[in-house]
Amino acid sequence: MSQKINRSTLKLSSSPSLISYAAVAGKKESEGPLASYFDILYQDNGIGQETWEKAESMMQKDVSAKALDKGNLSAGDIDFVFAGDLLNQCVGTHYGLRELGIPFLGLYGACSTMAESLCLASIFTDNGLAEKAMAMTSSHFCASERQFRFPLEYGGQRTPTAQWTVTGAGCTIVGHSGTPPYVKGVSIGKITDFGITDINNMGAAMAPAAADTLKTFLNATGTAPTDYDLILTGDLGKVGSELLCELLEKENIEIRSVHNDCGLLIYDLKSQDVHAGGSGCGCGASVLCGYVLDKIKQGVYHDVLFMATGALMSPLTVQQGETIPGIAHLVHLSDTPW
Amino acid sequence: MKMTQQDYQHMSDLASPKTKSYQTIPMAFLIGGLICTIGQALTNLYTHLGLSEKDAALTTSISLIFLSALLTGLKVYDNIAKYAGAGTLVPITGFANAVVSPALEFKSEGYVLGLGAKMFIIAGPVIVYGTLASVLYGLILFLFKLY
Repeated sequence: MSQKINRSTLKLSSSPSLISYAAVAGKKESEGPLASYFDILYQDNGIGQETWEKAESMMQKDVSAKALDKGNLSAGDIDFVFAGDLLNQCVGTHYGLRELGIPFLGLYGACSTMAESLCLASIFTDNGLAEKAMAMTSSHFCASERQFRFPLEYGGQRTPTAQWTVTGAGCTIVGHSGTPPYVKGVSIGKITDFGITDINNMGAAMAPAAADTLKTFLNATGTAPTDYDLILTGDLGKVGSELLCELLEKENIEIRSVHNDCGLLIYDLKSQDVHAGGSGCGCGASVLCGYVLDKIKQGVYHDVLFMATGALMSPLTVQQGETIPGIAHLVHLSDTPW
Repeated sequence: MKMTQQDYQHMSDLASPKTKSYQTIPMAFLIGGLICTIGQALTNLYTHLGLSEKDAALTTSISLIFLSALLTGLKVYDNIAKYAGAGTLVPITGFANAVVSPALEFKSEGYVLGLGAKMFIIAGPVIVYGTLASVLYGLILFLFKLY
């Protein structure tokens, strides 16, 4: 049963465990430093499909099938699936999950969707509302570019603060297996807007939300950053990570020694020419479900705060002069239960 | 977070790396200049083959547009543009790329509502305001000629 510690932070007393998880990644990601951690590597970003949107749906099909397979489960064993993606009307998810027949709740949290879906799946499981619940999200570079920016073959230059949308997906199934990784707590973020308008600087738009969520969680739990082996943000990239550290320093919270960002881990920033790092729902999802959960299971990390960050950006409203709000949700993962 | 939007904007500006103009501007001049040199070479070639100066200039434009469209289709143009920036954007080749790239991208939504409707999504404003500017120019010229 979940206990409310403060307005937005919950302690998940039954310590739900991540009984299975899987990650898939595209071509550029398979050339990056984390390639060996992904379950499926696509050598062609089209994944044999006619459109980029279909390719993204295919990734969700593949990653959910892989997670079910690794846990010796079938779709019928899952009570609820919480999932979403970046595309308009979450089409990547809707077509990806169409054939699975699992009761579904669609989420839009921009790039924070992995943490959002994992929060909800864990809360449902912790309170006995679900025996097993699935959390999943994805993003596809080509599908995102055409929706949010320019056609792929358009000859434009990216700014130094721009980030590269990850082609990848992650899926995890929450239950009670009594084996790590465990979810010990969650903190739901607030929409935070500090007036950033540059759509090529998402890291700056999201950093205040991440700082706010982390500060709230640390205050609620009475813990310090050094109590954790890793504080992992979703896709702040180089600029956003620096801003997060600076914002927290102003609040006398020092995280530099334990902080890292999925957008900085998934690519080799220099040789892969990704400017400020990776981004997208699939960034946090594939790094969490590919790399981090494995490391917790192996006991390399004991306590990890996973905080996926989302820039709630719409090209339409930005063109109308609106600023870009950010959001960040936090999941406390551990190798030992409460 | 006790911080004003202005303070954060300032913090964000300091943390965000700037475009290295000392690298991008010379590159733009170099590659832009190279495209113009190719254009001049083509004009010379066409005049040499017997075309009048006016026809040679027109044929050069057509050739450059064709080359740009071809390179866009072969997925090469954007890779050159990554280094060239304004060097590939400003010449007529940039305009061709701006029309061909959405045509390729939105073909998946059909020839009418996809390719046809979205082909000018980038180049459209250039045509609209280019036409408007030429009307204004014509008007000014007309007024000057009255007196």
